Amino acid sequence: MELLCPAGNLPALKTAIDNGADAVYIGFKDDTNARHFAGLNFTGRKLEKAVQYVQDHNRKLHVALNTFAHPDGFSRWTKAVDNAVAMGVDALIVADIAVLEYAATRYPDLELHLSVQASATNTAAIDFYKQNFNVKRVVLPRVLSIHQVKQLARNTDMDLEVFAFGSLCIMAEGRCYLSSYMTGESPNTVGACSPAKFVRWQETAQGLESRLNDVLIDRYAAGENAGYPTLCKGRFDVSIEGDNKRYHALEEPTSLNTLEILPELFAANIASVKIEGRQRSPAYVEQVTKTWRAAIDRYKANPEGYSVEPAWNACLGNVSEGKQTTLGAYHRKWQ
Amino acid sequence: MKYSLGPLLYFWPKTDVEDFYQQAKETDTDIIYLGETVCSKRREMKPAHWFDIAKDLSSTGKQVVLSTMALLEAPSEVNIMKKYIDNGDFIIEANDVSAIQLAHEKKVPFVVGAAVNCYNAQTLDLFLKKGMTRWCMPVELSKEWLQNVVTECEKLGIRDKFETEVFSYGYLPLAYSARCFTARAEDKAKDDCETCCIKYPTGITVNSQEDQKVFTLNGIQTQSGYCYNLVNDLKSMQDLVDVVRLSPLSIDTLSKVNDFKLNEQSTTRHPLVGGHHCNGYWHSVAGLNIE
Repeated sequence: MELLCPAGNLPALKTAIDNGADAVYIGFKDDTNARHFAGLNFTGRKLEKAVQYVQDHNRKLHVALNTFAHPDGFSRWTKAVDNAVAMGVDALIVADIAVLEYAATRYPDLELHLSVQASATNTAAIDFYKQNFNVKRVVLPRVLSIHQVKQLARNTDMDLEVFAFGSLCIMAEGRCYLSSYMTGESPNTVGACSPAKFVRWQETAQGLESRLNDVLIDRYAAGENAGYPTLCKGRFDVSIEGDNKRYHALEEPTSLNTLEILPELFAANIASVKIEGRQRSPAYVEQVTKTWRAAIDRYKANPEGYSVEPAWNACLGNVSEGKQTTLGAYHRKWQ
Repeated sequence: MKYSLGPLLYFWPKTDVEDFYQQAKETDTDIIYLGETVCSKRREMKPAHWFDIAKDLSSTGKQVVLSTMALLEAPSEVNIMKKYIDNGDFIIEANDVSAIQLAHEKKVPFVVGAAVNCYNAQTLDLFLKKGMTRWCMPVELSKEWLQNVVTECEKLGIRDKFETEVFSYGYLPLAYSARCFTARAEDKAKDDCETCCIKYPTGITVNSQEDQKVFTLNGIQTQSGYCYNLVNDLKSMQDLVDVVRLSPLSIDTLSKVNDFKLNEQSTTRHPLVGGHHCNGYWHSVAGLNIE
């Protein structure tokens, strides 16, 4: 099982490699990837150094080209493919069918991974991408229960990659337009969800308010933990049969943590466990990579004796959204 | 311009569904999409019931399209979808790539629905080779985006090989999740949901803490808080959009077809009554805006 870690800059990439990542994934410094944030991602000399560092340490580098190509800018995506191939990266993570077709036709030997943004959740969808573009691996959306992951793994010979830890996207990835509904910008079209430029914080008489493009996402009492106003994690009002409730109508600020089901992921023959967080700091990458390396090595050394160390969860809890974690959709009760 | 009724996105009792489509027969719609696209646990209507309504509607000369699920997580769900694809009489609407794969295998023509990620002409070109006849673009796209796609399609020589359709009225389907938000609102687990969504024929409104309608909960689907309405944008659709889609909210939606048709050439704005409306996506701004 591969441990695949995120890197938004060169220090994070080196940290991931130094702490035991088998592979690292990055994005280019433009809107061809879904973490298109200011000050993040790779270009020029830094990109060359990243490739060199990964090769020197005999690990793998994946490049995410996981947004959807604009009709008036298709060449931006094809150039990104050309660029990645020229750099000698090990795999491309692609979501757009047009980009997949370009990459598969132009570079038949290139290893293509289907991005989570393509939202393939069943064998018929996987067959489509395999037959048309010879995709070698599919990254599963965070909508399947562990039972469904196992079921899928039994019914396909495709390599499967799953999200193991990080910010929890609660919608089928690539098919969520909540961000563009509120701001005009979405992961699919500009490569960002709830973009920072629309965020506003304000101290008011009712408490600290977080807004996204002026829409009130949450209001915090004194001493409450205030998180980034990702729009699906706000507190809203819902009236059910005359009873008004104020709660996290979609989801609470929380992170995914699957350490507990690592043995089941091994049993399902999952090819790779992915850590979310290209937008996070090198310190985050260090903590998470180190912990997951330890857990995987522990399992491999003694599968029957595997159990989650309290220290691992404490470490991951500290770098989690809202300082709490969940098994998310893997656990039926969450659904 | 042709008009379509999109698939019913909510869970209604069987008799209400039958009433709705009985009355839809009398309307000026050209195309009617039928079927459950949101949740496989909604079983008031069995495939055979939908086929009966489909046959009845098509006898009036309307084109009937069987819509399929957007999020398929279990083999049982894919098997039910196969029944729709194998119906033998009607084309289907694919709302997931799996439906495109299966329809292509069975040589069944298909409409690519708004839940399929199709953002450019090259993707349409590939779907055409698989059997696509019409494309309903993702709801977040704009007139400008559509124009750019159409321009590229002209360069590829495929512009006249398919129809374009735009979601133009109703609450926008914005997201799909493993979680059922309607069950969550009722403090129920999804596995014990008792299909409580049948109590909310147009979903559950979610307000911000200052009473702005932000979302509508419809089972595992999250919709817009405001009702999308392009009734005053029809002129800008001329020569660009072949089919205008209205999403059923209630029997009243059927009369909207006439409102839209009458407003096609109008120079005055049609009054937007009954709740909050929006049209931002069409104008390349935040979806919730009204321009």
